[in-house]
Amino acid sequence: MTQHVSPPRDTAGPTPPARLPVWRGLPARADLRTLSLLGVLAALVVIGGVTKPDEFLDTRNLQLVLTQASVIGVVTVGMTFVITSGGIDLSVGAIVALASVWATTVATQEFGFAGILFTAVAVGLGCGLVNGLLVAYGGMVPFIATLAMLASARGLALQITDGKTQIVTVDGILNLGERDSYVLGVPPLVLVFAIVTILGWLLLNRTTFGRRTVAVGGNAEAARLAGIDVRRQRLYLYLLSGLCCGIAAFLLIVLSGSGQNTNGNLYELDAIAAAIIGGTLLSGGRGTVTGSVLGVLIFTTITNIFALNNLQSDVQQIAKGAIIVAAVLVQRRTASTT
Amino acid sequence: MAPETALLSMSGITKSFPGVRALDGVDLDVQAGEVHCLLGQNGAGKSTLIKVLAGAHQPDGGGIHWRGEPVTLRSPIAAMRLGIATIYQELDLVEHLTVAENVHLGHEPTAAGFVVRAKAARAATAALLKRLGHPEIDPARPVGELSAAQQQIVSMARALSHDVRLIVMDEPSAALDPDEVDNLFRIVGDLTADGVAVVYISHRLEEIRRIGDRVTVLKDGRAVAGGLPAKTTPTRDVVALMTGRTVEYVFPERPARTPETEPVLQVRGLARDGEFAPFDLDLRPGEIVGLAGLVGSGRSEILETVYGARRPTAGEVVVDGRRLRTGSVRAAVRAGIGLAPEERKAQALLMLESVTRNVSVSSLSRFSRGGWIDRRGERGAARAATRELSLRPDNPDVPVRTLSGGNQQKAVLARWLLRGCRVLLLDEPTRGVDVGARAELYAVVRRLADEGLAVLLVSSEVPEVLGLADRVLVLREGRVVHTAPAQELDEHRVLDLVMEGSPAS
Repeated sequence: MTQHVSPPRDTAGPTPPARLPVWRGLPARADLRTLSLLGVLAALVVIGGVTKPDEFLDTRNLQLVLTQASVIGVVTVGMTFVITSGGIDLSVGAIVALASVWATTVATQEFGFAGILFTAVAVGLGCGLVNGLLVAYGGMVPFIATLAMLASARGLALQITDGKTQIVTVDGILNLGERDSYVLGVPPLVLVFAIVTILGWLLLNRTTFGRRTVAVGGNAEAARLAGIDVRRQRLYLYLLSGLCCGIAAFLLIVLSGSGQNTNGNLYELDAIAAAIIGGTLLSGGRGTVTGSVLGVLIFTTITNIFALNNLQSDVQQIAKGAIIVAAVLVQRRTASTT
Repeated sequence: MAPETALLSMSGITKSFPGVRALDGVDLDVQAGEVHCLLGQNGAGKSTLIKVLAGAHQPDGGGIHWRGEPVTLRSPIAAMRLGIATIYQELDLVEHLTVAENVHLGHEPTAAGFVVRAKAARAATAALLKRLGHPEIDPARPVGELSAAQQQIVSMARALSHDVRLIVMDEPSAALDPDEVDNLFRIVGDLTADGVAVVYISHRLEEIRRIGDRVTVLKDGRAVAGGLPAKTTPTRDVVALMTGRTVEYVFPERPARTPETEPVLQVRGLARDGEFAPFDLDLRPGEIVGLAGLVGSGRSEILETVYGARRPTAGEVVVDGRRLRTGSVRAAVRAGIGLAPEERKAQALLMLESVTRNVSVSSLSRFSRGGWIDRRGERGAARAATRELSLRPDNPDVPVRTLSGGNQQKAVLARWLLRGCRVLLLDEPTRGVDVGARAELYAVVRRLADEGLAVLLVSSEVPEVLGLADRVLVLREGRVVHTAPAQELDEHRVLDLVMEGSPAS
């Protein structure tokens, strides 16, 4: 007798086995806002190409722009998560400074490449842990808790270095910044930035962690009553921001071949500004990694174009401010018409 | 005799928002000294109409006449200058300012043009509060420390601090207890005796009978009836105009007595100091138990404590024979308890998110492996849950904020349905839900119970508790004063118990 074994039926209902591919939903989310950011970026490239055709479009210059964007970009990805959850992290610049000097002390450098990388990341996570504990379990307002961290971490960084620049002598680190370590013309720092961006996008849009982040930012009380552990989620978010700062500090060490207590100055403002013009709501509940990264690229490109045209940094600062205002105004306009 | 000129006459008012025609040619006439009631389901256009009247929205078309003169209400200030004051449902008071500061916000009595005469403001406020029958409210207290009812009085005092000819009240009784409603009606009576006109919005037909002079009924952005006599128009007609149907409250039939099963939820001596006395309850699968009581009787507090959102000072909650860690929402949710809270928007919904994400938020781990969400599975399951509750529109991708109140409530219920919860706590499930959608919601709750869910229901509307629950616990000042099957109680008996607290036995 032949037995026909029917496949076991899923009692939960007919669920098609095929999963949505990861990128599905990407075009849908490439909404007006993202398109307008891309438009601004394209316009900047045109301006750069017209004003300084030889210098701006040069491969080396483009590599430089992307490399400069990498450090602040990694920080901004972490910041995007914190802001999406309704929080703020003012300490990112200070954490980058502390991590970069702690990872470049003579004692740390004895452990070589791994020692520097480990220390930078560990210091970042440690500061993030303190922020997270203060905010999530200490009931402190994020603004105040991270402001305190800003002050202390900067102070500690100054104490460690005594104001001196700590030169890196580890060959593995220095080589990473050299042209021969470029992968198909892409600097390793930019690769790290790209990987952090992709992982950040996936984390925010495709995982329970991302969902919970958005839920906590959109309505913390509703999230709590829906059974989400809001405090633990907040702790994780500040840890994530700290981790990003650690990675950024490592990138900065590679980039500059040194560690300084003045590193990461005003990164908190640049990261917040990039996230906001990217479309992340400062009040929480909506966040976009893509927008944040575009925001970073826009700011870095402006800085580059201004530098190539020999415009001073005061003019750059004014332009940045104007762009933030313009971007937010445009967003309010588009938000009210949709 | 020439017809009396109306105090306010709005004609052919239209107003569109992207995708919605909120007002489609509405007429409204209000005479001085009358209480003109505005009736309509949610989404009928009441809110939009009063915002036009308050100067907060500009109409796309139509005309407004004030005392016979054509006027344009360019801004809330313009409306206020004419003597139109609006008391919104969601009170717009500044919590950290005092009562007197709130009352005079924007038109403070000043000396030399900018120095606020605080003492004069306080005295004027005290006089207004006395006129409103609440001399006990201290003008120097921050508004945030007052009860909801007192805040409403403050809001009214603010309206009266202007030289007002017309007051719009948007569901003023929603947050009030019966004796406070009586006071409100007395105030309305005083105002109209002085020649002030009141536009009164309410869902409660019996209130309109008591104080209304005329009724205008809105439906789908049109006035389907204008100036009906409020006292004599049959309820059936009014409901028919509002819904296009001739039903009032329709409650689903109770099943024949369910067999005695083991209780799924046992509450033993649960108490919170200052809120409610030790509370006991056995709740069986398939059973709906109602808690009836006034605002402040401890009903919502009991619900939230069972759910772990408040930490009890004594007692325990047992689900399926297992004792829950008290004061932990996560423990309650894991054990299979779900809560549809009183304030849906503030406590349950993620307003920026789609229906799917609102429904799935409590069951994310079911659709994920290693934290990675299976979005197709998530959407399918959310859709199945919302379809089972006939949530409209049948599209789980729409933002939850675009849904009507009844459908938002269904989204909350779908969340717990999807989670597979066994005990459902409902706190004011039909607040902000229009009459037509209520019957459907009642049917849904009863069906879920028939399928084995245990339901604990809190409602300030006694007919709702009596119509929907199998068993009713009557609460007064944090104490259960009576327990009986719902069939053995009627509305008068419950109201007596609730207010008098006559001993149960």
